[in-house]
Parts: sequence; C-alpha cells; structure tokens
Amino acid sequence: MSLLQSTQLRVEPAATGARHAFIRAWPELQNPAAWLVALILVIMPLIANGFFLIEIFATTLILGIIALSLMFLAGYGGMVSLMQLSIAGFAGYMVAVFGVSGNANISLGWPWWLATPMALALATLFGTLGGALAVRTEGIYTIMITLAIGAAFYYFTNQNWAIFNGHTGINTVATPHFWGVDWRADIAFYYVTLGVAAICYFAVQYVSRAPFGLALQGVRDNSRRMAALGFNPNAHRIAAYAFAAFIAALGGVLQVWNYRQISPGSVSVGACIDILIMAVVGGITRPIGPFIGALIFVLLRTFALDVLIKFGLDGNRFRLLIGLGFLAVVFWSSDGMVGLWERWRPRNAPSPARSNGGRHG
Amino acid sequence: MDSVAQRLSVVGAGAALELRGVTRLFGALAALTDVTITVRPGERRAVLGSNGAGKTTLFNCITGDFPLSSGTIRFFGEDITYFPPHERIRRGLRRTYQISALFPGLTVHDNVYLACCGVSRGRFSPLRPGVNDALMHAADTLVQAVHLAAVKEQRVSELAHGQQRQLEIALALAGAPRFILFDEPAAGLSPTERRELIEILTSLPAHIGYIVIEHDMDVALRVVESVTMMHNGRVFKEGLPREIESDPEVQELYLGGGHE
Repeated sequence: MSLLQSTQLRVEPAATGARHAFIRAWPELQNPAAWLVALILVIMPLIANGFFLIEIFATTLILGIIALSLMFLAGYGGMVSLMQLSIAGFAGYMVAVFGVSGNANISLGWPWWLATPMALALATLFGTLGGALAVRTEGIYTIMITLAIGAAFYYFTNQNWAIFNGHTGINTVATPHFWGVDWRADIAFYYVTLGVAAICYFAVQYVSRAPFGLALQGVRDNSRRMAALGFNPNAHRIAAYAFAAFIAALGGVLQVWNYRQISPGSVSVGACIDILIMAVVGGITRPIGPFIGALIFVLLRTFALDVLIKFGLDGNRFRLLIGLGFLAVVFWSSDGMVGLWERWRPRNAPSPARSNGGRHG
Repeated sequence: MDSVAQRLSVVGAGAALELRGVTRLFGALAALTDVTITVRPGERRAVLGSNGAGKTTLFNCITGDFPLSSGTIRFFGEDITYFPPHERIRRGLRRTYQISALFPGLTVHDNVYLACCGVSRGRFSPLRPGVNDALMHAADTLVQAVHLAAVKEQRVSELAHGQQRQLEIALALAGAPRFILFDEPAAGLSPTERRELIEILTSLPAHIGYIVIEHDMDVALRVVESVTMMHNGRVFKEGLPREIESDPEVQELYLGGGHE
C-alpha cells in the first residue's frame, strides 16, 4: 500500500495567506456532504426512537471508535493489530474495577471522574506495551502477536477472580450522573457517544496530515528511508500504538457504560476479529471507513435474525450473512465500502476526493 | 613563539568522518575489508571503483543500515559505530540513494517537509503546520534551491527522472547537514541535468563535506578535491583527482578496464 492510495495526502487548491493555511489545516471542512451527515446525526433523537438511538446508532459509534483505532494503525501505519478490542475491554474492566458496580467486593467505588481517567491511562499503557512488543515484528507476525495478546487477555479475565471476577464478569456498573442529568439516559448517552466519536474521528483525520501522521505513513511505505531522514521508525510505531490505544480505550469506557456490565464474552477472540471485519468492510484508508463498517455490522447483527426467520432459516445464522457480506466486499474492493464508493463515483470528481467525510453513524 | 594562526590551526582540525579498519562480511563474502578512510570537515571526495567494489556497502555501513563486522566509525570525533541510523542523521550525516527512495504519493513539497521534520524536534508533532511554520518555510527554500519550485505541488510519482534525482538531493540537504553521502547522483541524467547537478554540488556551502560515488569521471572529478579508489572491498588508491586519473594501475583496473 503506498501513500498514493491513502488519499489523506492531496494537493490542495491554491489559495492565499491565512485562507490557504486554514484550508491546509482543515481541508475536511470544505465538504458539504460531511456537513449534511453531521446535521442528520445531531438531529437524530428527533427522528429515531430509543431503540434505534442506542441499539443501532450509539452501538455503531462505539464499535466504530474501536475499529477506528485499528484503522489508524492498519491504514496509516501498516500494522494490523487484533488487540484493539482487548484494550477497549481492559478500559471497560478498569472503569468497573475502580468505579462503582454491583460487585462491591471488587469495585473500589471511586467516583466516575476519577475512575474514567484512571481506566483510560491504564488501557493506554496496556496498548503501548503491547505495541512495543508488536513493533518488533512485521506483517503476519504483528497479527499473530496482537492476536496472542488478545487471546491471553480473554483467558486471563476468564480465570482471574480477584480483579476480573472470572467468567461472570462485573455487573451493574454505575454510569455518570452529574449536573442533574443521567448521562446513560438514551438521548444524553447518544450525544455523549456522538461527541466522543466526532472528537476521535477528527483527531485521526487531523493527525494524519500533521508531521506525526505523515511520518507514520512514511514509515509504513519505506521505514529504512525514514530512518535516513532522522526518524526513529520504531518510536513512531509505538507512539501510533499509544494514540490508537487511547482511542480504543475511549470506546471501551463508552461500551461499559452502554451495557452496564462487562464479562470475558465482551473481549473474546471472536469479538476482536469482529473489529477487524468492521474496519476492513468499511475500508481502512479513511477514518470514515470503520464507522461505515460498524453500521453495516450492527444492522446485520440486529436485523439479519428477523430476515432469516422470515425466509424460514435459523435466525442464529446471522454470522453467515456477515461472513458472506465480508467475502463480497473484500472480493469486489480491497478497500471496503469506501473503495466501492470511490469507484462508483464519477472519476472526474473534484479534489479533495473524499467520501462522506463527516462523522457517520 | 607560535603565531595566532598556527595556534588556532588546531580549531576544527578533527576529521569529519573517520573510518578505521571497517570490515563488513556477508556470510563468507567480505564486502568490505579493513577500510580506513579519513575525511576532513568540508572535504569533497569521490569514491570510485567497479561494480562490486563495495562502494554502496561502504555508504550503508557509514549510515548504519548495515552493522559493521569489525572496525570503528567516528563522525566529527564522536564514535557512532553502534548508533542506529536515525541518530547518525540527527548529528548531521545525510545520504542519497542510487535508486531514488522517495514518497511517491506525496507532493514534492511534502517530501521535503517530511525530511525537514525528521531532523527537527517537530518530528512527533501532532499539530498541522500553521501559517508561519518554520519547517514549511525551510522546505520551501530547499525546493527552490534545487530548482523544483515549478513542480512543488506535484506528486513525486508524476515527476521526471531527473527531477526525482534533484529531489533526492533536496532531502539530503534538510536541516543542518555537515556531511553528505551521494550515491551516484548523476545516474540516468541528461547532459543538461548533469551540468545542473555539478552546479548544485559545487555551490554547496564550504563547511559541508561530501563523498560522492560516481561512475561518470567527468562529473566526479569536477566536484571533488580527493579520490578514493576501491577494489574488491578494499581501499586501492587514494590521492588527488589528477594523480588517480593518471595512475597506470588505476587506468589498468578501472578506466581502461573494458568499459571506458
């Protein structure tokens, strides 16, 4: 994969002075489709009921955030990490362990505003250490080592009772209440996830064109050349893992607030691979890809059951549909839905050529 | 009683690059054997030799791409034998590649900008460059210096070969280079482009020394003050360009040896 394919790096139209600098800093604000998607997402609570808001859109945004962290590593860094869900799950567990839950023997009962930063910090540390191990390898070995970390974490949570409460996990995790608002109420929680997803999306988009992101893409394409320019390729890779781990951790905190419980099932190897599927189906060259992939995944998971039963098939076969969809997308486009969209669009579309670059649900 | 000039002659008299007994083995094959070369600061030297003489391996050892099998390398007095490549680059060593190693999907300007970031503290910056970014200005200046201002916003993949070679040189000039290794900079250039290359090399600031690997004797001998002749991984002859040119052994080996 070359820098050519990842179209974060585009020639911008000539402009002058401050305007030029502004466009260079924020080219994504030039896209009307992004504004439209953002508007729809903001007024979503007027359109959708509580079920759609939480089960479809909030869940999509949360999974999208976790898949986004994988997209950042895989798309810009060329490192396919299967441990992103484990990092998210670790953050979720830490919220439950340090905060308040139904398992009083385990939870320390810290207020959410202390437990959450602690969870984010520990999960970021976890991801950074895992990354420091993984950067010693390349390609398929990176996948293997991160999968091993994910699997090890899953079995550890299953067997450790002192902190992770074994296979029953931690239940009735408390969610934030402040300023007189229950932030886990449907509409409030939807906006929280939307806000966090937007911040993560723009952070990834922004960093991809800053020196750190450019250098990461350079390391992906030719790490030896980058070393000959004064960059330390491994330090850059580890920093990328840290950044991605923080994003995944944010997703993990939201996830534990969403379900109010966490158990080994949430961090199973299958769930780790689901994140990869979302990122690949959506497309790993753009930050919007993982959100599209997550939406497709959530829609299939939620409605495939009914559809299958309607056709007289076993509803539990929804994974078959996901698998077939995955095969189809990968077969037709190596760059997921984003790639299909790009190909379908008229070829002479004006630059910057991007799909619906907004926060998508 | 020493004169002031005599006493001050020791200032900056240390070698820019000092290789002692550098040996590099690939299995049983000795690509470099006991290479000892000393280059003064600001000195410009050519390394000549037939294919397989070990010239590019020498560069890879100096930049740290290949670890040495034995020997030491000092850069401005500092022992860099065990430094990773990026640490050597940050100390002012630069190199270009025989086959252009650029980032084809990036624009000319962004390639140079990336090179400027690499040797600055801004290399990890998560912030996009602002209006008055020093590194952006540095990149602009370099793009102009190598006559690429007209194609500044074009992607590297769209550039002609000669322009890519010029861009290679621009990347090596980013930051504050003290010593540059040019690996066949004239390869595949037209006569006009060769003249431009010679102009760029000869008009580099006097404190920047370099070693240039070059098959084209016209280019090589016009831009250097000393020559190291290599053969089978060893230093074969060292001297002034005209001495080397007229040396019968060298002529036997290289200049008259089959291919011009």
